Amino acid sequence: MTNKHASNLAQRLETGLFTVTAEVTLPDSIEKEALASRAHILEPYCDAINITDSTGAVPHFSNIAAASILIENNIEPIIQFSCRDRNRIATQADVIGAHAMGVRNIFCVTGDGVQTGDHPEAKAVFDLDSVTLLTTINHLKTTGKFLSGRKLDSKPDLFLGAAVNPFVPPFEQRALRLLKKHRAGASFFQSQYCFDISRFESFLLLLLELTNGSPPPVLVGVGPLRSARFARWLRENVPGVAIPDHIINQIEKYPEKEQQKAGIEACVKIVEGVKNLTGVAGIHIMAHNWESSVSEIVEATGLTKTGRNN
Amino acid sequence: MNKVRLLEFTYLFCLKILSRLVPVLSEKRPFIGFMVASEKAFKKPLFGCQMCGQCILHYTGMVCPMGCPKNLRNGPCGGVRGDGNCEIKPNMKCTWVRAWDNSTQMMVFTESIEEIQTELDHRLSGTSAWINELGGGNDE
Ligand code: SF4
Repeated sequence: MTNKHASNLAQRLETGLFTVTAEVTLPDSIEKEALASRAHILEPYCDAINITDSTGAVPHFSNIAAASILIENNIEPIIQFSCRDRNRIATQADVIGAHAMGVRNIFCVTGDGVQTGDHPEAKAVFDLDSVTLLTTINHLKTTGKFLSGRKLDSKPDLFLGAAVNPFVPPFEQRALRLLKKHRAGASFFQSQYCFDISRFESFLLLLLELTNGSPPPVLVGVGPLRSARFARWLRENVPGVAIPDHIINQIEKYPEKEQQKAGIEACVKIVEGVKNLTGVAGIHIMAHNWESSVSEIVEATGLTKTGRNN
Repeated sequence: MNKVRLLEFTYLFCLKILSRLVPVLSEKRPFIGFMVASEKAFKKPLFGCQMCGQCILHYTGMVCPMGCPKNLRNGPCGGVRGDGNCEIKPNMKCTWVRAWDNSTQMMVFTESIEEIQTELDHRLSGTSAWINELGGGNDE
């Protein structure tokens, strides 16, 4: 295997460089260009881009097709796999297909229930859970074999990640859950949106304690709120997003036209609050349908590529 | 003794008896029928058992993980509501919030919740979990 396809993300995190990733909103388009143009807005500011897997149980651009388009554009994808839509057969087939297309970073999540999305009448799969999704892909990676024992021609070169949500119950268990995923094969973690720094800190303290001060790399999930209305929508409709009232009130103080700016400011404050904490390996920006805000957040926090590599 | 400990004690008691009986009787049809019927009769009302055939109750605070609408067997999803209720069923307490609370009350199996559970074998659905676990795997 040449180095050409090795994960740049893995190299950064393993050498301890502060890392910025971002999520691209997958367009409801049938054209490559619609995705590529969005990704190009993010690319100058981040080290890799997350491709979601029909997030919110709403069908979007196929994650493998999207990842291939990013690779064609010399952008490193982190491809998300959820347990909702594929059983273990489809999962393993897609993992090796994605690898052949050049994908190296795979991020394993449980996935939102179908009730969340616009096809609530669909059949949910959940043949695997996020941990057995990790063990299944890790098995392909470490043995070069399917779960059945059937052999591939060689071992796929993969870097596995998983999600952590310290902001919802059971709070005391979230660090242990992260470590279970770590044992199952996850080498890096991205968190759900952080709007509560003190909650995150107590999670981190416990994680540091459990790992004698050397936890696996955790990127803190952040994102700008476009308006107070959007914040409320997000809190009510996207499972697992906890936004304290004071954050929403703070944005609501401004007239609607200025709320975007206030949302970015609130996000910058969160990034400033977490970026220097021991145990934080980077940030993961989720600016839903608002790619242009990423440059502002990165610049305001001194985390541009040149800024953070020094 | 609280409820969780009582259930845990009952599990250990059954384990003691069945680890003698099952290896001897696991091929006998009437015994298999008896085990399936009694697991249904006890575990359904007590735990909402769905007869997955691969019981891990003592790993999960004596709360059946198959009660989670996503059938998660390794811990909660990230969608748990702020009040500890389920993402999918807003009026139900998250299975894993209950499992976590209960597991801290257990005597022997407190830390078992940390163990990685392998993926389900769907062929075993409807069969006796005790026989599957203790029968030496020759009861196909
Ligand atoms: S909230 Fe709890 S019970 Fe509901 S799907 Fe998630 S883990 Fe399962």
